[in-house]
Amino acid sequence: MAFLFRRKKSANSAKERLQLVLIHDRTDLTPAELDSLKDDLIETISRHIEIDPTAVTINVAQDGRSQRLVADIPLRSVGHRRGREPGRAAG
Amino acid sequence: MTAKVVTIASGKGGVGKTTAVANIGVALASRGQKVTCIDADIGLRNLDVVLGLENRIVYDLVDLIEGRCRLRQAMIRDKRLPELYLIPAAQTRDKTAVSPSDMVRLCDELRQEVDWIIIDSPAGIERGFKNAIAAADRVIVMTIPEVSAVRDADRVIGLLDAEEKGPAALVINRLDPAMVKRGDMLSVEDVLDLLAVELIGIVPEDENVIVASNRGQPLALDAKSKAGQAFQNIARRLMGEQLPFMDLESQNLLQRLLGRK
Repeated sequence: MAFLFRRKKSANSAKERLQLVLIHDRTDLTPAELDSLKDDLIETISRHIEIDPTAVTINVAQDGRSQRLVADIPLRSVGHRRGREPGRAAG
Repeated sequence: MTAKVVTIASGKGGVGKTTAVANIGVALASRGQKVTCIDADIGLRNLDVVLGLENRIVYDLVDLIEGRCRLRQAMIRDKRLPELYLIPAAQTRDKTAVSPSDMVRLCDELRQEVDWIIIDSPAGIERGFKNAIAAADRVIVMTIPEVSAVRDADRVIGLLDAEEKGPAALVINRLDPAMVKRGDMLSVEDVLDLLAVELIGIVPEDENVIVASNRGQPLALDAKSKAGQAFQNIARRLMGEQLPFMDLESQNLLQRLLGRK
């Protein structure tokens, strides 16, 4: 059973660690800055449309040597909004 | 003649730039090409000893740039390959003795004389690196399959893109197929996934590299050396040949068969 407790191959750790380090090196974006960007994004979008702040994810995706900021922002459904705030629902 | 200028850079030191310059220069010259290697590592001259030409230096790069000698006088002719020349670095401590525009001017003059100019960049990303890439038509970035070297290679590749010297071509040096196989070394595929650049060479770990530098006899001329053959292959790719990459796994076929249960 010892094999179950064997540590992950070191080459895999190297690759995973490098993937994160390279994103930060290339974009100059730290995880803390990404979090603060996410908060700003939620605040701005919420002024225009109702979203679920807890479900928002924001990540840096790789596409060859270029990076892309990918945000997933689920909208609250119209039905849900009507239920909560019938007066503001649009026709 | 209009030479192609190829600079070899890495960011991190000790990954094999100087060995690569010596061996790619030797490999090109052994294929009938006229080659000049330039050591751009001012203050830390080393290409001369790797090529075994350290006793023949009279003038150096700084003498040439400051007009104390003519181009031909600074070009040391190799003992073995009459079409291979070295312009050695100066051992002065003043790294500002050479500027990027000096390198462009020098290479423009040299371009008429040879087929290839191969420039050995110093480690780092400061002045010496800027000098080394200023005249480059093509930049080869060297790395080894190790986290710090891969990270630094990525920085250099990014800088080359920013300076419009990209896209870089990658050489992965000192690959140990047995370590890759047991999952303790980044594989060629891993490094290419991370860096997303074109590959121009894979050089296996080879003890003969040290033996060759001890003797000052580059191993690209040794047909039995795997690393020497890898450098020959890089030279052929630079010359435009489409070559498959060496199958390093096959070296361990016997071990693999014996080791299998």
